[in-house]
Amino acid sequence: MTLSLSLEKRLEPTPWVPLLPALSVALALPAGGVVLAIAGTNPWEAYKEMALGAFGSLYGLSETVVKAIPLLLAGLGVALAFRMLFWNIGAEGQLHLGALGATWVALNAPDLPAPLLQPLMILAAFFAGAAWGLIPATLKVYAGLNEIITTLMMNYIAILWMDFLVYGPWKDPHGFGFPFTAPFPPAARLLKLPGSRIHLGLALGLAAAGLLAVLLWRTRVGYEIRIIGLNPRAARYAGMNIPKVTLLVLALSGGLAGLAGLSEVAGIQGRLKHGLSPGYGYTAIIVAWLARLNPWAVVGVSVLLGGLLVGGDMLQIAMGLPVTMTYILQGLILFFVLGMEVLSGYRLILRRRGSSRAKT
Amino acid sequence: MKGKWLATVIAGLLALGLGVTARSQEPMKVGFVYVGPVGDYGWTYAHDQGRKSLEKALPGVKTTYVESVAEGADAERVITELARTGHKVIFTTSYGYMDTTIKVAEQFSNVVFLHCSGYKRRENVGTYFGRMYQASYLSGLVAGKMTRKNLIGYVAPIPIPEVIRITNAFALGARETNPQVKVHVVWTNAWYDPATETEAANGLLDIGADVIATQSDSPAPVQAAEKRGAYGVGYNSDASKFAPKGHLVSAVWDWGPYYVETIKAVKAGTWKSEDVWWPIGTGIVGLAPYGPAVPSSVKTLVEKRKEDLIQGRFDVFWGPIKDQSGKIRIARGQKATDEELLQMNWFVEGIVGTIPK
Repeated sequence: MTLSLSLEKRLEPTPWVPLLPALSVALALPAGGVVLAIAGTNPWEAYKEMALGAFGSLYGLSETVVKAIPLLLAGLGVALAFRMLFWNIGAEGQLHLGALGATWVALNAPDLPAPLLQPLMILAAFFAGAAWGLIPATLKVYAGLNEIITTLMMNYIAILWMDFLVYGPWKDPHGFGFPFTAPFPPAARLLKLPGSRIHLGLALGLAAAGLLAVLLWRTRVGYEIRIIGLNPRAARYAGMNIPKVTLLVLALSGGLAGLAGLSEVAGIQGRLKHGLSPGYGYTAIIVAWLARLNPWAVVGVSVLLGGLLVGGDMLQIAMGLPVTMTYILQGLILFFVLGMEVLSGYRLILRRRGSSRAKT
Repeated sequence: MKGKWLATVIAGLLALGLGVTARSQEPMKVGFVYVGPVGDYGWTYAHDQGRKSLEKALPGVKTTYVESVAEGADAERVITELARTGHKVIFTTSYGYMDTTIKVAEQFSNVVFLHCSGYKRRENVGTYFGRMYQASYLSGLVAGKMTRKNLIGYVAPIPIPEVIRITNAFALGARETNPQVKVHVVWTNAWYDPATETEAANGLLDIGADVIATQSDSPAPVQAAEKRGAYGVGYNSDASKFAPKGHLVSAVWDWGPYYVETIKAVKAGTWKSEDVWWPIGTGIVGLAPYGPAVPSSVKTLVEKRKEDLIQGRFDVFWGPIKDQSGKIRIARGQKATDEELLQMNWFVEGIVGTIPK
């Protein structure tokens, strides 16, 4: 007699859905603990150092928030597009365009006072990101091109375009040939929370989360976005203008990622330089999924993921572990989260198959 | 963390009460920030070997390293974290940490920061590098002698003056032993990206190169050359074990002596912010042992040239040196100044490839 496991599609999602991400983290920690123990480290100590590093001091907490800001902004953009089943893998490129827009303003109007300059930079970043998002949206709506391919490929174009500018026309003339622009004027640096690196981008992100929640659940177009996401065919029968909604959503989605670029370049780095983003646009996809595409949950998830990345430093600094250990722990958590995702739509069935097989 | 602070304060008060003798027994904490993994067998590996020899040489020193730290926003957090956790000297070992190092140093005036390969300093920030172009030139001499097709493929990471200068030095060496030679440069646009480095090397082999040299952080291009029966010239660390047959020579770093000397100076209170740019005679740069394919006549020639460099009878960037368009950039009898070397943004004659402008 053998037991067999199989997956059966649920007719309705389980009521446990909101708890699944927490459950998956709860499972990932002991699994990571086994790996830590094999590496000869006390797992309890390691987790404690990680948690203390990310959340145990004002400094750690502020750095976690700093790390969360670009994830939050880009994650919101990705979540919105995914809501209507538009697979926008292009947040990374839209983020770079946003940084380009903001930098263009900062370099060309350095004498404007901050209250004028910064809104201009924010607008430029938003519209540049939106324009980059509209290209694949247009290609999809009018030419039926697969957006997964186009958004992904446009990331490389955006990054190379930025490299072209920082190696070429925008290169700091006093930079010894290094690939970065001149430093931004002080008026172009986003307002900071004193004593930390937390900047105005956080306010932008929180406001965007609130606005998205209102848009999705309190407006007609939000209703259409949700219906298109649930059942595009039904939406079409109901007479919804899917092309129009697609273009609007991608403008917003790209614009939000563009703001993430602005926040990095004007909030943190103070100049545009080669290697702007360590893949925030891709991590944003994970953020959006973990948050189950809910704007408020995106806020929480970005902070948690930011904490995971910041806390990972402490494994190296305090525990002397290699960086690969951080990657393993982060990977395990994501592995369990995505595994749990399956359980929200399917259930595990345990069957005894031994007896029936014996008969045949 | 609050509890920890309190504990530290109490411990501090106790130590004061019990006499300060315990303080000098405490190890000095030294931090290292790496741009790649310590297992890259190239740039970061060389720095980590230096860190290890520092620990061995000075028993009162305890080192910490953080690897694969991206050059953007993450670097500031990591460097700050090291300064906050009691590291008295912090080495930041990639050019992209330059602004960040200065910024963090402004907040920690009692910590000494040393930034590798940059040009910005302040009273608690020094810069350091070695004249790697000298060793690269020597490895170029070998490559020029060994190519049969007069085509050397060169995998280069990021188009900044440091990389351009070292590439030029290699090409000058290769063309000194073989004036027919062309050095074909391909950029990977990353310090550490073994997959792209391998692709670049294969592309160069496809167009007929029979020697592959690299300046990237990993030995992947040398490995790719070995696989296809070509010669390889390594960089950063000895690449011989990745190409037992085809490895000709590697231009390598030895950071250990610099790290030891610097920490000694900080301990003695004699350290001052300065720009350290040690030449080949100090051993900070040099050549790894030659591969089996290199005949002894070539070795003799290279060793003689090395001796010339050490004695100052000759230097790599001595005119006349022409650029790609044939224009004289360094006149006959002139030697490029350090200023010119630090800002070099043109390729010498014989290099095929462009610098993004």
